Amino acid sequence: MELLVALIVGVLTAGGIYLVLRFRTFPVILGMSLLTYAVNVFLFSSGRLTIGAPPILSDDVTLYTDPLPQALVLTAIVISFGMTAVAVMIALGAYLGSDDDRIDDTPQDREGTS
Amino acid sequence: MTLFLIVALPFLGALLPGVMNGAGRAATAAVTFIVTLAAFIGLLSNLPAIWAGEVVTARLSWMPLLGLDANFMLDGLGFFFALLILGIGLLIIAYARHYLSRDDNAGQFFTYLLLFQGAMVGIVLSDNILLLLIFWEMTSLSSFLLIGFWKHLPEGRQGARMALTVTGGGGLALIGGMLILGNIAGSYDLSVILSEREAIQASPLYLPALLLILLGCFTKSAQFPFHFWLPHAMAAPTPVSAYLHSATMVKAGIFLMARLWPVLAGTPEWFVIVTTAGLVTMVLGALIALFKNDLKALLAFSTVSHLGLITMLLGTGTAFGAMAAVFHILNHATFKAALFMSAGIVDHEAHTRDIRRLGGLRRLMPVTFVIATLAALSMAGIPFLNGFLSKEMMLEETTHTVLFGLDWLAPALATFGALLSAAYSFRFIGHTFLGPVRDDYPARPHDPGPGLWVPPAILVTLFIVIGCAPFLAEPFVKLVTAALLGDAAEVPYAYLAIWHGLVPALFLSITALVGGMILFLAYAPLSRLWETAPRPEAKSIFDRVIAASVRGASALTHGLHNGAFTRYAAIAILAILVFGAHAWVTGTVGAVTRSVQSAGPIPVIGTLILAAATAGLVILHRNRFLALILIGIVGLMVSIGFVYLSAPDLAMTQFTVEVVTIILLLLALNFLPNRSPVESGVLRRVRDGVLAVAGGVATFTLAYHYMLRDAVATPISEFHLANSYKGGGGTNVVNVILVDFRGFDTYGEIIVLGIAALLIYALTEALLDGPVRRRLLNRIPDQRRSGDMHPMMMVVLTRVIMPVVLLVGFYIFLRGHNEPGGGFIAGLIVSIGVVMQYMASGFAWTSARLRYPYHGIIGAGVLIAGFTGIGAWFVGKPFLSTAFTYVRIPPFAEFEIATAMGFDLGVLLCVVGAVMLSLESFSRLARRADTQDSDHPMDIDPSRGEDAGQQGGTA
Repeated sequence: MELLVALIVGVLTAGGIYLVLRFRTFPVILGMSLLTYAVNVFLFSSGRLTIGAPPILSDDVTLYTDPLPQALVLTAIVISFGMTAVAVMIALGAYLGSDDDRIDDTPQDREGTS
Repeated sequence: MTLFLIVALPFLGALLPGVMNGAGRAATAAVTFIVTLAAFIGLLSNLPAIWAGEVVTARLSWMPLLGLDANFMLDGLGFFFALLILGIGLLIIAYARHYLSRDDNAGQFFTYLLLFQGAMVGIVLSDNILLLLIFWEMTSLSSFLLIGFWKHLPEGRQGARMALTVTGGGGLALIGGMLILGNIAGSYDLSVILSEREAIQASPLYLPALLLILLGCFTKSAQFPFHFWLPHAMAAPTPVSAYLHSATMVKAGIFLMARLWPVLAGTPEWFVIVTTAGLVTMVLGALIALFKNDLKALLAFSTVSHLGLITMLLGTGTAFGAMAAVFHILNHATFKAALFMSAGIVDHEAHTRDIRRLGGLRRLMPVTFVIATLAALSMAGIPFLNGFLSKEMMLEETTHTVLFGLDWLAPALATFGALLSAAYSFRFIGHTFLGPVRDDYPARPHDPGPGLWVPPAILVTLFIVIGCAPFLAEPFVKLVTAALLGDAAEVPYAYLAIWHGLVPALFLSITALVGGMILFLAYAPLSRLWETAPRPEAKSIFDRVIAASVRGASALTHGLHNGAFTRYAAIAILAILVFGAHAWVTGTVGAVTRSVQSAGPIPVIGTLILAAATAGLVILHRNRFLALILIGIVGLMVSIGFVYLSAPDLAMTQFTVEVVTIILLLLALNFLPNRSPVESGVLRRVRDGVLAVAGGVATFTLAYHYMLRDAVATPISEFHLANSYKGGGGTNVVNVILVDFRGFDTYGEIIVLGIAALLIYALTEALLDGPVRRRLLNRIPDQRRSGDMHPMMMVVLTRVIMPVVLLVGFYIFLRGHNEPGGGFIAGLIVSIGVVMQYMASGFAWTSARLRYPYHGIIGAGVLIAGFTGIGAWFVGKPFLSTAFTYVRIPPFAEFEIATAMGFDLGVLLCVVGAVMLSLESFSRLARRADTQDSDHPMDIDPSRGEDAGQQGGTA
């Protein structure tokens, strides 16, 4: 089980990094989403894996999984939505403003700034 | 008056002139004067205590963990400087009221002046050196504003920038030096530092601290080689020059050297650096001053020279030298301020400060002539004026000073400096006031009104009194000297007098005066010689240094920050990988303490689906719609994984967030191109692939190793599990952590979420206001629109299930404390319910039924959560403590009421508001673009007539 979760983290990270290094805004946003999943799963796994022991207290159960990473990841998921939305908005604004969804400045842009 | 008030008065008062700017020059000057006078009287009210040898303190703990406290201390030295700052300040304000013209913004000027005054008083009264540094920086900033007060003059702006660069740079060095000093002494309080002389001088960090502090002092007090900024700062209005550049700001460096004298002075390093710098500055400044034709430039360089003299005296490290320094500070402040004011009067009346165009003003401006002449003679060191007394003490001190093993060097240089000083003083008088009356002055000079000449006249009276009856000043000078010396040395027995007998200093003094007169008489040939001699121009060197730094900085910035995001990302990833690999190689890996849990076929299949979806996403990412579907699968598999691994709350959150994220991305794709073109070459893709695989392997290894080992310390979750029910009243530990144990974190996070949504809203507004708006209006959709925009089935279905969705949301919310659920998840569910209405029935229909704006909902959420937390204060508990009880209202079963519910309600509202505001902003872009809203929520509505249906269908 641990191997599978670690694999998931690795695969998501690899996919995320590759997409983040693309040239257009949309794949970069997708890549950031993948990295978000990877980070969340990794954080979650820091509570160690437990199957069938949710942290819902009950009188006849003594084994619970670690609830703290879950609480942290829960808010992280919601915040990541906000982050994605802002990134998408910026990407969209840039595209609508210049009719170009390249993520790097073109050499002309760079001329303009220097 | 308490020291807090003395320091605070100028700052508080600084508001007044600015606010009453409309009331005119006289009113703003009057209010500035009154404020300063109040502070001055407040200072004097402490005189009896100071006179009795007490140290007045005022302490306020501010940030004790940083060692930064608002501690003030007033002893003889601080009193002396504060007296100069406020006393001369009063005269300057009166002078400035008449000096400023109608076009000058007097309110602004006096506001800056008071800010500067407050900062200066702060420096001299601070007990805490961190506080002192803050005031120090404030003087640099406020003097920048004052020097550049005439913004229309390029010299003013350049001079202000140069002053700020030099003194600000020195200020940075000073911060370093003071922090080292505080570290050695173990306290940032001056009173403690001053008692740690042995520890500080024995410390190996003494030399670096000394160098850094001296760098700060020398830049501020214009010591060689940092003397060049002061003359350029003379572009300021004359009251500023008289105030900042003779009496106060340039004395700040001197003050600090004097303040730290007991701990820093007396070592060979101190002696060599400070004495040498002082002597060089003294001679060089005087030499340049002699050949300056601008009255203010002449005075500026003479100030540089006199500051060098004081520095040199402090550098000798003897008690007598310190006393001479104190006395000369007093004398210099009085005669130099009077000289600047006289130069200002000449400039004001004759409209020029160029000595070559002046001369013969003696008959035209007799009052100014008397004032300026007396002040200049004092500067030259003529007996019966105060300059003579301290100059003789200085010469006396140098005769005992052995520099570089040569006993004649210091006296010779000092005498030469004094000689030059006498020469330029004579020139100031001779070439401005004496000689024949000319007929080509730019304006007809005449004596000004008393407003301009009374302030310098008061100073002149003061120094004549001191000059004739030095014993009057002696107790005060000895008091200040005692405070300066601290425990390091005894106050010297020597007394201040005009006649000390036929001592060597007297002969040196006579030599200087006679030599000065000869130089003055031989000025014309000397001047020609000076003009032909090559000499470095400080300003052009400074400008070249600045230009080179700017080039270097921009080359570095543009080299690193070239606008290529992918490059930054690649560098960042590579750096993380390298550091991680380094940690991995050099660190040790603990033994495995947990066994691997076996996984059945279902988790394996799930993992494979996830991996396949990710791989497919990477390979097919150019087709953006397909990529969206694939990332949806990834999110879904992650949610299922959470369910399987005992995290139902996470699964529900991930699942609902997934839905809104996909809707969001779909809305964005409405505008963005549907395909990503191929732009990267094979090499590039291989490079990225290698980076990606390396990153994946790294996180895989890290996660795997991590999961097979127990935590090194007992997780704090033990506490959460044990106290969730007892203390928080809930059995869903995750929810109790969110709303109770870590409620403050959650509170911060919902605020961040709200801010993100507001940011999106603001960006949308900006886009819709700008040129994008036109582009959107003219945009032709690149895909065929759906023929049936509002399908009847969907409209009916979403409306029918809306109450059900809300009920589910309510249920999830209520049970959240004990079962999986809670505010976050309920908020997302409610949002999805509302979004469905938008999608099915259209933007206009839904907006029309919206009673509260989404910003309001975010705000209400944050407020409700905040007030729930504050409620705990009323029962004496800390912020966000929860209370709960169980009630039973028949016929329902017993249920729990917890204050945490109020907090969770805030979370719910915030989530709903944030999600909806984001999505709504995106739809508003879309609405602007191409959609003509249907008048009817359903395109095909059986209840409408056939025609209406047709019409709606084509809309």
